[in-house]
This record gives sequence, C-alpha cells and structure tokens, in this order.
Amino acid sequence: MGILRTKTIEPATGSTLTLGASGDTITVSSDSIKANTFKDAGGNTLFTSDGAGTLSSVNSGLVGSGPILISTSTASDSSSIDITSGIDSTYDEYMFVFTDIGPATNGANFGWQVNADGESGFNEVITSSAFTSYNDEVHANSYSAVAYQTAYDQAQGTDLQRLASLTGSAADEPTAGVLHLFSPASTTYVKHFYARANSYYYAYGGYINDNFSAGYINTTSAIDEITFKMSTGNFDGVIQMYGIK
Amino acid sequence: MSKVYTDTVTSTEASQDLTLGGSGDNVIVTAGATLKTNTIKDSGGNTIWTSDGSGNLSSVNAALGGNMVLLSTQTASNAASASFISGIDSTYKLYIFKFYDVNPATDDAHFTFQANATDSTSYDETITSATFAAEHTESGEGVAMVAYDTGPDQTQGTAFQVLAKNVGNGGDESGAGELFLFNPSNTTYVKHFYGTMQYYYSSDRSARVFTAGYINTTTAIDDIQFKMSTGNMDAVIKMYGVG
Repeated sequence: MGILRTKTIEPATGSTLTLGASGDTITVSSDSIKANTFKDAGGNTLFTSDGAGTLSSVNSGLVGSGPILISTSTASDSSSIDITSGIDSTYDEYMFVFTDIGPATNGANFGWQVNADGESGFNEVITSSAFTSYNDEVHANSYSAVAYQTAYDQAQGTDLQRLASLTGSAADEPTAGVLHLFSPASTTYVKHFYARANSYYYAYGGYINDNFSAGYINTTSAIDEITFKMSTGNFDGVIQMYGIK
Repeated sequence: MSKVYTDTVTSTEASQDLTLGGSGDNVIVTAGATLKTNTIKDSGGNTIWTSDGSGNLSSVNAALGGNMVLLSTQTASNAASASFISGIDSTYKLYIFKFYDVNPATDDAHFTFQANATDSTSYDETITSATFAAEHTESGEGVAMVAYDTGPDQTQGTAFQVLAKNVGNGGDESGAGELFLFNPSNTTYVKHFYGTMQYYYSSDRSARVFTAGYINTTTAIDDIQFKMSTGNMDAVIKMYGVG
C-alpha cells in the first residue's frame, strides 16, 4: 500500500483528472467531500450547488414524484399573476397553492383563467360547479350551511373561474387554497380541475367561506398558460406551481 | 503546500480501494471543477444513488426522493380493469391512487374500485360508505346542486365502490381524481378511505363527487382493483406511497 501525501492534485495536461480505474472503489476517508457539481460518468448533471447550499439542475430521480415546486410567483399590488411557462406534458397534474391572497378592493372575487396553446386572452370555455360551507364569525351557527352557489359556477362560460368569492380586503382577511389541474397537455380530452379555497367573506361582520369549485375546460387543445387575478382591482399574494408525476 | 500534477491516480493494484484524505479532512473538488461518477456510496458502502451514465438514476436513497413515492403506474387501454396486486403493505401508512384520463367504452358506466384482504382474491370486501356530489350542466339549465347521493353509497355492501357514476364515453369526455387509502396493512382496525373525482357526466355536465368510507375488515388489505361497472376503459392510474 502506497500513500501519497499532498494537498492538491491537478491534471498534468488538459482539464481532466481521473481517479481510479474501472472496477475500483474510490474511498473518501475524510468526513466530507466538497463539490458544487456532480455529474455521472456520461457527463449528465445530477445536481449543481451554488456554493451556498442552493441546488439547481437536480436530476428528476433525486426529487421524487412530487409535488415538485416548479415556480413561485408573488403579487404585490399586482393586477394579475400570469404563469406562461412550465405547464406542459412533464406532469400529469399541476397543483397551484395560493396563500396570503389579499385584494385591494373589498368584496372582490379571486379566480383564474387559462389559454390553450397558441391562444391569448385567458378566455377558454369552462363548465363548473361550486358550493360553499360557511359560518358566521359574529353569530355562531346563525348563518351556517353547505350550499350550492349558482353565482360562482359557469355553464360554457369564458369568465374568470372563481376560487373565492366576495373576499375581504383587510390586512387579516386573506384567502388560501389549492387548485388542481389535470392532464393539461392532453389533446384528446377536456381538462378537469378542482379547487378548495378558504376565504373571509367581506360583509356582515365576516364569515368563514370554504369554497369548493370544480369543472372542466371544454377544449381538447393543450393548456399552457394560466392567470390568477381579482374580479376587480389589484391584489397581493403568493402562488406556487407544483408538478406531480 | 505541495501539489501533484498527473492525469490519473489509481491504486497500486487493480480493484483496490483508492483512499482520498484522512478522517477529519475535507476533500475538495475546486469550485468550477466537476465530480463525475456513476455511483455514490456512503462510507459504510450503502448506495446513495447509481446512474447508468445517461442521467437515469436507480437505487436512489429513500431520503432523497421525498415522502410521496410513485410505486407503480397502470395504463388501461380498452382494458377490463386495472389491478394493483403488489406494493400495498406496511411500508406506507397512506396510499394515494391518482386517476387521469378515465374514459369508459360504454356511456353511463361507473368508475369503481374494490379491494382484497390478504386472505381473499375475489374483490368483495365489506364496505360502508357515504357520497355527495356537486353538479352543473353545460346548458346552465336543470342541474345545479350539491347533495348527498344515495346511489353510490354502500351499507355493509360488497359491491365495487362507485367513485364516479354515469361517466361520459365521448371522445373528449373523461374523469380525473384521487383515492386515499389509509394504513391498509393494519390488522386491528377497519381501513378508511376517501376520494374525489371530477368528471364529464354523460349528460353533458360537470360532476364533482366526494366518496368516503371504510373497508370493514381488520385483515390487512393488499390488492385493489379499478374498473368500470360495465365495459372496458382507458385510464392512467398511479399508486403512491406516503410516509
């Protein structure tokens, strides 16, 4: 057994330093190995660190089936959040988690619409159902029920699909929830979605509104863009888009 | 500081370990340089991951893959059923089945599931369940409601549990959703499940159905089957383990 004592080994020629031969095991006896970029023997990047612990280009085999965070969008007194990339055939299901959605205008509705591939205007045809479970903040159980909401659904409509209706604009009255969009890249079937959003009803002293909405975007074209906005006015909020394989 | 210039470092004899550094040392691949290898193991020889050299990983340590693990995928193409007969065990407390592009060959067929306890093979376990649905028509006329639905529920029944009833079979008509099955390997308690589906009802309406219940057995559940109430189906069904 030979021991080479040195602090640095560099290539004598070119830029490749080869350790071991095929079949050998390279043992790092030290407590750690430090490198920013790991590749396989074929040169395919497995992950890259920026040296501060933030990874990028992570091989999909290392991140599991999901939910996998694709993008984060932040609205700050914005008219909309438009997500125009990342919706494709990579994932069977996309999940949009929206938090801290606060409208500038009291009583505004929070919703979304989409574009089919090659389209613009965020006005695809939607048929949907909607119901809420609600309870009064002031008079417990005086105004509590589960009820279908005919004002929140659509029948072949092209409007903003509501996630939460009549939301409060006060600082402590934001909306939060999750929207699931299935198989958006399909060019065979309509595109199904469902969502659940918890919101603060803006009037009568306040209600908890548990908003359920579901339906389909009635097109066989692929969907590749989505917008989130209020029915009127600007809003604050964060929307994270995840993919599930 | 000493520096060695060479293109290759190998052990003195073939297939021997080549050791870098000593305990407490850091082995540094200089920033901007890249470490290339197909297999990474810990110091105990446990594989963290293996690549095939084309970027396809296998033997990935479970801690790296997240807590929702895709176990298997069934693609039904004009098939009578899709069955998961392996992979349901005590490894996970929660199993999630996700359904995409569910399209029956027969209009108005129901999308359903049943399970087998470990001592059974006939997909006829006893189920008690509850269902409600929200529906709305494309025309805006007629149905716009949320209500309990006595049709799909079961009271100690052994039929296939309906997850979506009267599914349309048109070329663009389909369903999607998910089913959660809790702790199927438990041998003390009944096995709870809940699920939801959003689908194209045969009479041109959007339907969202919520289903929940329990498989009334204390025997472990290890098989699950999905099928239409009549006829074949197209569907993609994925089984995940969580935990």
